Amino acid sequence: MYFDSFSDFLAMGGYGFFIWLAYGLTYLLLIGLVAYCFWEVKAFRQHIQQKLARAQRIKQYQEADQP
Amino acid sequence: MFKWLHPLAKPEILYHFCGRLLPWLMGSAVLTLLFGNIWGLAFSPPDYQQFDTVRIIYIHVPSALLSMATYTIMAIAAFTALVWQIKVVQWAVLAIAPIGAVFTAIALLTGMAWGKPMWGTWWEWDARLTSELILLFLYLGVIALAGAFSDRQTGTKVACLLALVGFVNVPIIHFSVEWWNTLHQGASITKFDKPSVHPSMLWPLLISLLGFYLLMLALFCVRLRTAILQNEQHRPWVKSALGGQ
Amino acid sequence: MVSVFIRRELALLARQKADWLNPLLFFIIVLTLFPLGVGPEPNQLRIMAPGIVWIAALLSVLLASERLFRDDYRNGVIEQLVANRQALMPFVLAKIVTNWLSTGLPLVVISPVVAMLLGVEPAAFVAMMLTLLIGTPLLSILSVLGAAITMAADKGGILLALLILPLYIPLLIFASAAIEAAGMGLPYNGQLAILVAMLLLAFALVPLAIASALRINVS
Repeated sequence: MYFDSFSDFLAMGGYGFFIWLAYGLTYLLLIGLVAYCFWEVKAFRQHIQQKLARAQRIKQYQEADQP
Repeated sequence: MFKWLHPLAKPEILYHFCGRLLPWLMGSAVLTLLFGNIWGLAFSPPDYQQFDTVRIIYIHVPSALLSMATYTIMAIAAFTALVWQIKVVQWAVLAIAPIGAVFTAIALLTGMAWGKPMWGTWWEWDARLTSELILLFLYLGVIALAGAFSDRQTGTKVACLLALVGFVNVPIIHFSVEWWNTLHQGASITKFDKPSVHPSMLWPLLISLLGFYLLMLALFCVRLRTAILQNEQHRPWVKSALGGQ
Repeated sequence: MVSVFIRRELALLARQKADWLNPLLFFIIVLTLFPLGVGPEPNQLRIMAPGIVWIAALLSVLLASERLFRDDYRNGVIEQLVANRQALMPFVLAKIVTNWLSTGLPLVVISPVVAMLLGVEPAAFVAMMLTLLIGTPLLSILSVLGAAITMAADKGGILLALLILPLYIPLLIFASAAIEAAGMGLPYNGQLAILVAMLLLAFALVPLAIASALRINVS
C-alpha cells in the first residue's frame, strides 16, 4: 500500500476529485455496457419464448377446431 | 489455420464456440482489470511531475489504445465481410461497434478529467483529442447507419462499407489534425514528455491493458451471440439452443 | 457513355432548378448570417473569413446531396443500372461531375462577391479561389458517396450529415490553413499539394465505394 491511511487514499494528494471522477465515469460506462449486452440477450430470450408460446397456442386452437 | 477457422463461419458452431469461451474471458477480464486498477490506484508510486493524477493512466491509456484496436478489428471484419460475403462477419462488425464507441467515450472522458488538473482546461483542441473525437463520430455513424434501414441485411452491409471507408480516412484525419495543430500554435502545448516508464508503473498499466482487452473480447462474444440468435431466429437450432436453458 | 449520362443529368437539372439554386442561396444566406451573429468588426471578420466560407460551402454541398439519388432510386433507374454492369461506373462518374457543376462551380463563381462581403485581402482571395476550385470536387465526391450509402435509408437527412461531416474534416483543415497562410503572406503550396493529393486519392478509390454502395442498396 502506497498511502498511509484510507483518507489519504481518498484525497489522492489533493487530486481526489479528478481521479475518482475518471474512475467513476469509466466504471459507470463499463458496467452500463456489460449490463446492456446481457440485457439484450435476456430481452431476445423473452421475445423468442413469447413467440414460441404464441405459435403453440395457435396450434392448439387449430387442433381444437378441426374435429 | 483456415481448416480451423472455416467451421467457425457457420453461425451455429460459432455460437457454441463463443459460449464456451465466454465464462473464461469474462472471469479473467474482471480479475485482471480489477487487479491492474487496484494496483495502479493504491500500490504504485505517484509521478514526480504529475503527482497522483498519473493514476488516471491506468484507465486512460488502455481505453485509448483499445478504441483504436477495436476500430482496426472492425475494419478488418468489414473488409472480410464485403469481399467474401460471410454473414457472421457482417454481424460481427455491428456487434463490436458499440463496444468501441464506449471505449472511445471513456478515453475522452478520462482524458478530460486528467487534462483539467494538468493543463488547466477540460478540453484542448489538441491533435490527439480531436482525432479521438472524430473516431467517436465514426463509430456513432456506423451504429446509426445500421439502424436506419428497414431491411436489416442492407443496413448491415452498408454499415460495413462505411466502417471500411472510415478506416481509410482515419490515418488521413490523424495526420491532418496533427499538422493543423502545429500550423496554428506557435507556443508548445503541454505534452507528456514521458521518460521511459518505471516498472512499478508499467506493470499495473500492462495488466490493466490486458484487462480491457479481455473485457472487449468477452463483450464481443456476448454481442456476437446475440446477433447470431437475432439473425437466425427462424432456424431450428436456435430453438434447441435456447430450449436447454 | 459518361457523356450520355452527363447530358441526362444536366437536362434533369435544367428542369429542376431548385436542386442547384437552393444550395447556392443557402451558401449566401449562411455567409450573411455570420457577420450578424459574431459582430460586424472588419478585423474579426477577416480573421474568420476562411473558416466561414468553408463551413458554408460544406453545409450547402451537404444540403444538395440529400436528394442526389432519391428520384433515380424511386424510379428504378438505379436498379436497371446495377443489373447492367457496364453502365454503373459511368453513371457514378457522371453524377460526380454534374454534382460539381451544379453545386461546386457556382460557389467558385460567386466567391469574389463573398470575398468582398467579408473583406478578404487580395492574396488570401486568390488562395480562397484556388482551394475552392480544388476542394469542391472532393466535396462532391464525398457527398455522392454519402448519398449513395444512405439511398435506401428511411431517415436519410440527419444521418447523411453524421456520416459525411467527419470525412470532410481533413479538407476543411487544409483549405482554411492555406487561406490563412496566404493572408499572412506565407507560401501555401504545401497545403494546395496536399489538397490535390487528397482529391486524386478520393477520385481513384471513392467511385468504387459508391458503386458498391449502390449495389448493396438495391439488392
